[in-house]
Amino acid sequence: MKALKKLMDKARPAFEPGGKLHAFRSVYDGMDTFLFTPRETSKSGVHIHDSMDSKRTMIIVVLALMPCLFFGMYNCGYQHWLACGATEFPFWELLLYGFLAILPAIVVSYVVGLGIEFCVAQWRGEEIQEGFLVTGMLIPMICPIETPLWMIAVATAFSVIFVKEVFGGTGYNIFNVALVTRAFLFFSYPSKMSGDNVFISHDSILGLGGMAPDGFSGATPLGQVAVSGADSAQGVAQAMTDVAGNPIDLWHMFLGLIPGSFAETSTLCILIGAAILLFTRIASWRIVLSVFAGGAVMALIAHCFATPTYPASFLSVGDQLCLGGFAFAAVFMAPDPVTSCRTNVGKYIYGFLVGVVAILIRTYNNGYPEGAMLAVLLMNALAPLIDYCVVEANVRRRMRRVAAKQ
Amino acid sequence: MSIEIKLKKGLDLHLAGAVADPKAAPVKCQSDTVAVTPDDFTGIVPKTEVHEGDKVLAGQPLLRSKMCESLKIVSPAAGTVTAVVRGERRKIERIVVKVDPTGEALRHNTKDALKGRDQARDLLLASGLWAFTRQRPYDIVTLPEAEIRDIFVVGFDTAPLAVSDDSFTPDALEAGVKLLALLTDGKVYVSRRQGSSLPDIKGAEMVDVKGPHPAGTAGPLIAAIRPVNKGETVMTLSIETLERIGRLVLTGVVPMTTTVAVTGSEVTEPHTASCLIGSEIKPLLQVCIDDDHRHHRIISGNVLTGVKVGIDGYLQFPYTQITVIPEGDDVDEFMGWASLSPKKMSQSMSFPSHLFGRHRNFSPDARLLGGRRAMIMSGEYDKVFPMDILPEYLIKAIIAKDIDRMEQLGIYEVAPEDFALAEYVDTSKLELQKIVRQGLDYLRKELS
Repeated sequence: MKALKKLMDKARPAFEPGGKLHAFRSVYDGMDTFLFTPRETSKSGVHIHDSMDSKRTMIIVVLALMPCLFFGMYNCGYQHWLACGATEFPFWELLLYGFLAILPAIVVSYVVGLGIEFCVAQWRGEEIQEGFLVTGMLIPMICPIETPLWMIAVATAFSVIFVKEVFGGTGYNIFNVALVTRAFLFFSYPSKMSGDNVFISHDSILGLGGMAPDGFSGATPLGQVAVSGADSAQGVAQAMTDVAGNPIDLWHMFLGLIPGSFAETSTLCILIGAAILLFTRIASWRIVLSVFAGGAVMALIAHCFATPTYPASFLSVGDQLCLGGFAFAAVFMAPDPVTSCRTNVGKYIYGFLVGVVAILIRTYNNGYPEGAMLAVLLMNALAPLIDYCVVEANVRRRMRRVAAKQ
Repeated sequence: MSIEIKLKKGLDLHLAGAVADPKAAPVKCQSDTVAVTPDDFTGIVPKTEVHEGDKVLAGQPLLRSKMCESLKIVSPAAGTVTAVVRGERRKIERIVVKVDPTGEALRHNTKDALKGRDQARDLLLASGLWAFTRQRPYDIVTLPEAEIRDIFVVGFDTAPLAVSDDSFTPDALEAGVKLLALLTDGKVYVSRRQGSSLPDIKGAEMVDVKGPHPAGTAGPLIAAIRPVNKGETVMTLSIETLERIGRLVLTGVVPMTTTVAVTGSEVTEPHTASCLIGSEIKPLLQVCIDDDHRHHRIISGNVLTGVKVGIDGYLQFPYTQITVIPEGDDVDEFMGWASLSPKKMSQSMSFPSHLFGRHRNFSPDARLLGGRRAMIMSGEYDKVFPMDILPEYLIKAIIAKDIDRMEQLGIYEVAPEDFALAEYVDTSKLELQKIVRQGLDYLRKELS
């Protein structure tokens, strides 16, 4: 480590004002603070600080995403093998295939996003911030595997600049950056973000896998339900099949070997991530719990008043919570501390409404089989309002005290 | 009858270097010089009353407030003024007095002090003890003309490594309360740790407080009993000051000695010492700092609210603790953010120390341990802020300099020290106490 420290110290003058590489100061700073804890000591106020910092916070979120990512890789391979009509599923090949399929998207997302972050940090003369470590990982994970790379690049650039940097950077954004990327893709290139053909990888990669035949249906279960026209719970259950035509039951949905956006299919892996985030108290349990509660309540209501006009209303509560991006949004999107409510009471309301709206949209809008993304974005917009009401209650208590005195 | 308060929010930090036996007799410590630091007395714009070379008695004014002539800061010892140290723009940084051990103390006439409010106030102002009190709003030295609603005496200290003394003379406390009661139409509240040996004091409302730090500070006490509203003023002081007031009333002389806890992970033998207030740091720390060539940070006070002083510095108000911790600017830590070391002190469950070392004592250094960021995580401050105030929103209102919002969110009820724990746990490493101090100063300037 001493050699590395010496190297970094030796390189430092070149990056300081007047140095040859001053234009890359933010990159150097980013590297330096990543490798070595800054020596900066407290100048005012408290003399000791908690060891927790925003780097560790962000890295833990990335760690919590890992089970979903690895499962997504496996599932990507699995779906491809299934579409090709295979009957044997070699574990490592499937995983490697999935890894090769997602790697370019991760690289593109990080290169574009971090590139912009470094430029902005350089331009503002600030230290590079870690927020994009999480966002950059989330973006490929919530997109269909067949999303073209240039679209990911464009959408990432749009979100980082117009959703985050124009507001002031990490900690100031109103909307969840990763979800805006997803929404941007969805509304700009709808044909590439939904339908039968985008959730399963078609081509062989580096000799792995085969060429999937044309015309197979790789729609997500929610997509299948929406167009099924089913008029009973059985009808809905029959409508949900995997690529090979086998029925999908609740256990499959929970495990996640079903078509869907890359990393959002496995509720099991999402719950492992949730356990990490809740144990380390990085995600607010108030939000996670109330999203699931809101979703369950709304799913129950929809189920009780099921109507053939909206086939998704026949889905059971368990189906609703396990399918689509609901669980992923509940654990990784809704509790984003920057864009969610900041008051404790507000968190309950915000989370509950995210759950309700997500199920509401996906059930009562046949043309739009997934609601989690829009629900979180909508509630991001309403979070300050909810907080405002909670804060006003505190203010009113204080004002009443003053009034009582007079 | 006493009031009981139980705090649920807060945090006790377990640091290495606590005084092993707080009941042991304090070591006597002589200091050649003593100093008065005007910055300790927030809100006073000082003007010197003495010149270099002047001979002074113990208790004789060295400084007075420019705004209020009768508000004085006095010399802790008899001797000769050796230096009036000035900084930028001739700001008075410190007045140093060479101690004359045979010198005498200024004697006050206390005969009339208990006769009325004006007399009581005049005695406190003349004796310099008024400057040891603080008021809320603004957390400044109490303005002499303020109408004081209530008085809150903090009877114990829960700050990290602090030693709480409860061996006070009941007569002195009673006399102090008697005098203070004249200053207010309200009550004099005295807090004590539940189970402490401090007896009920006649004339005062006793408040038994339970719970973690900041139980031993004024903020949560006031918040739980009667929060400060706009237009009201409350006075806060420590029980040491109360005892000094009592002794002044009884004897006419202000006692100028204090018991200091010398603590911290870098102190070889943490102990208590008895010295003059405003003593030099050097004799207090002689032979007790680890000589390991590491950089040290010497703090007059505790690690949360204390002031950084050098080894050539002086004990500063409130004069009851010295803490020495590693500075940390000579340490290279590789990828510290990823550390799984059980020696890392944190409230986060992601550190093993939180799982396995709940009762171990930590030796943190003064590094920020992270970069300064915008407020990202939510709810962090609330967990250590036992008042009905939304700290995040108040901080944001202060940063935005929005006076109406600050008032609505309760700025009159807080002091910077209330935010100390929040500043410690903050992952964004914001300078909360500095922000609050600036907010209070801004408010006072704008509203005066």
